[in-house]
Amino acid sequence: MANDKQFLLDIQELKLHFRTTKGVVQAVDGVNFQLKPNQAVVVVGESGCGKTSLAKAILRLLPRNVQHYGGKVYLNDLETMGLTDEEYRKQVRWIKMSLVPQAAMNSLNPVLRVGDQVAEPMMIHYGVKKDEAMQQAIKMFQHVGVPVDFINRYAFELSGGMRQRVAIAMSLVTAPALVMLDEPTSALDVLTQANIFNLLKRIKSEMATSFVLITHDIATSSELADRVAVMYAGQIVEVADAFTFFKQPRHPYSAKLMASVPKLRGNDEPDFITGQPPSLINPPTGCRFAARCPKRFGKCSEEPPTVTIGEDKVKCWLHV
Amino acid sequence: MATLKNTFREIARYPSAIFGGIIVLLLVALAIFAMIKIPYAEAIRLWRGGEEVWYQNPKNVPPTWVNAFRKTKLPESFAVKAIEGGDFSKTVTTNADGTKAIDFAYEFDFEADDFPQEMFIYFDAAYAAKAPFVSVTLVRPDGSEVKIGDFGVTHKYTYRFSQDERLVKRVNRLMHREIINPVEGLFAVPETEPSQPLKGTYKLVMQATTFEKDSDLDAEFVSHGQVSGLFGTDHARRDLTIPMLWGAPIALAFGLLAALGTSVLSMIIAAIGAWFGGWLDELIQRITEINLVLPFLAILIMIGTFYSRSIWVILGVTIALSIFTGAIKTNRAIFLQVKESTYIEAARAYGATDWRIIFKYLIPRIIPLLIPALVSAVPGYVFLEASLAVLGLGDPVLPTWGKIINDAETYNALYKGFYYWILEPAVLLMFTGLGFAMLGFSLDRIFNPKLRGM
Repeated sequence: MANDKQFLLDIQELKLHFRTTKGVVQAVDGVNFQLKPNQAVVVVGESGCGKTSLAKAILRLLPRNVQHYGGKVYLNDLETMGLTDEEYRKQVRWIKMSLVPQAAMNSLNPVLRVGDQVAEPMMIHYGVKKDEAMQQAIKMFQHVGVPVDFINRYAFELSGGMRQRVAIAMSLVTAPALVMLDEPTSALDVLTQANIFNLLKRIKSEMATSFVLITHDIATSSELADRVAVMYAGQIVEVADAFTFFKQPRHPYSAKLMASVPKLRGNDEPDFITGQPPSLINPPTGCRFAARCPKRFGKCSEEPPTVTIGEDKVKCWLHV
Repeated sequence: MATLKNTFREIARYPSAIFGGIIVLLLVALAIFAMIKIPYAEAIRLWRGGEEVWYQNPKNVPPTWVNAFRKTKLPESFAVKAIEGGDFSKTVTTNADGTKAIDFAYEFDFEADDFPQEMFIYFDAAYAAKAPFVSVTLVRPDGSEVKIGDFGVTHKYTYRFSQDERLVKRVNRLMHREIINPVEGLFAVPETEPSQPLKGTYKLVMQATTFEKDSDLDAEFVSHGQVSGLFGTDHARRDLTIPMLWGAPIALAFGLLAALGTSVLSMIIAAIGAWFGGWLDELIQRITEINLVLPFLAILIMIGTFYSRSIWVILGVTIALSIFTGAIKTNRAIFLQVKESTYIEAARAYGATDWRIIFKYLIPRIIPLLIPALVSAVPGYVFLEASLAVLGLGDPVLPTWGKIINDAETYNALYKGFYYWILEPAVLLMFTGLGFAMLGFSLDRIFNPKLRGM
């Protein structure tokens, strides 16, 4: 399947399996999704469904115990799987795609001043002089709303929200087309969360950046989302336009997930999903959600096809 | 700048740090002073020279300042050259026939309670065929004159008081008893047993006659007392000032270079092993384990015996053998922990190279732990260098503290009662160890949060 030029990011059959003492963990098991320029896709799912592994697989940040890593990742028309590690480092990381890591608060080097650290990617990738890179860093600090005199501080001298902003500044300093955010607000209070999302929205409109936002917080992420991808047991079970998704999720798991979010108005009690997510070491055959699905029927013991509805996709027998 | 100031303020809170720091600074000052005052080549010349360098010094005498602690004062050494119009005056009278009469006179006070070891007059005569003739007399404070000798002076002539049999006889007549060393008799009160020094002003008078027109005579009067210099002398009449001063830069250079080289290299190697992992890490760990069971001192002794005793070779081997030790293991343990931090992953994500991560992200985390360890490691290496010298494996060229102890031990200093010979270098070595240890311990308290408040 050739890559369609209209997509900024096109992931096809991406797989990432880990070797552990208990067996092979299929953390990312055949993921497909596409992202257009200046779009934000939110990847939601429970803990342990492979969201962070997906981010790592896209950015090729692999741990030592990788058993299988395969599939195709297109960035515009660059097929990144064919690049060597060194080419990948030089051509992709922070040039085309950057990352705000999970627990971004701890992702700052404690022995470097934050200004230096924001300037680092510029110096690494474009070989610019330090003072020039610092100018760029100052610009980014202004952009994300960190006082400029903070550039000489160390990470531990900043509050959580400020550190998050610094991490975002760092991801934007080389102006990549795509920024991946791995649970950017998970350790912040609600007010700061709202601020960060407002900041991301502003960046998206001002810098025409695309986002892959990995989160389990559906409510907050709806602020930013153009599209929503629901991940379950290492697979994407539904990709949909945000508006459609929030109104009418198609996959039963998506519906349950949406029902578990408490609502401000209305009398609906938050719902929950019975049972445990399946082990990724030995996932069930057929639909992986079948054991917990309220709508399961006979066909669910077979592997469900991916059904395309308009631009949306859902992996469920109900929609065949 | 502000953080540096804070660090110093923090250090100043520990009296042991101040004390240790002062000792270390004094040692550094001593080392710099030694290198400026006596340049390396000069120090080596004075240390390895020979009789012509050391003739003014007595043999095996303690430093001058011991007199401050003694009831019976020991005579000091001196050496004077005859200069026209000087203290040791030289007066030349030219006769009509071309011969010259040269008169030398030197007045000196003798107030010590013991006698000089030995006395010399070094003559330097210029003549073609007929050597000048000298007659020497000592005028004592009681007015008596002792004829020391009449002799012809060949070009370079040394007159040794103690080896003149006729002088011994003359002195014995004066003292009315048997004295083996004529120098003792020359400065003694007659007819006392044992000899009592006769205090007062003595005058050495020499009358020389030259027989040729261009003939000339110069003289140097040398008295070997029983104390000399700031640090005394050794068995070869060498002034111990040279090795005591030069021992400081050598010991500091060896200690600091070895400590710095060892800790920095083992930190870098541990970081590389921990970061890349795999076979490289395995290799480093296995080398460390093998190296840990190798006998360190035995290897150094072997190298000193069979290959080279140069301090640089020994330093290199010391560093090489000390890299792969426990430090690799402790550093690796810390690095393995740091390696998993989120910010390391972030650095990988934004494309930092492996080496950038090792040097900019891993290693800076360990430097606060490295500094106290480094300072505390210095005395160990200083002592190692001294130990090798004591074992007779010191650098044959350099004057070091360990070398003095080795010499003292070889020539039975303690048996013969030359305590200064061993105590001086030992005290300096102990102060070095104390200074660095005190500074190291307090730095450890400052940098190691677990020890705070203890």
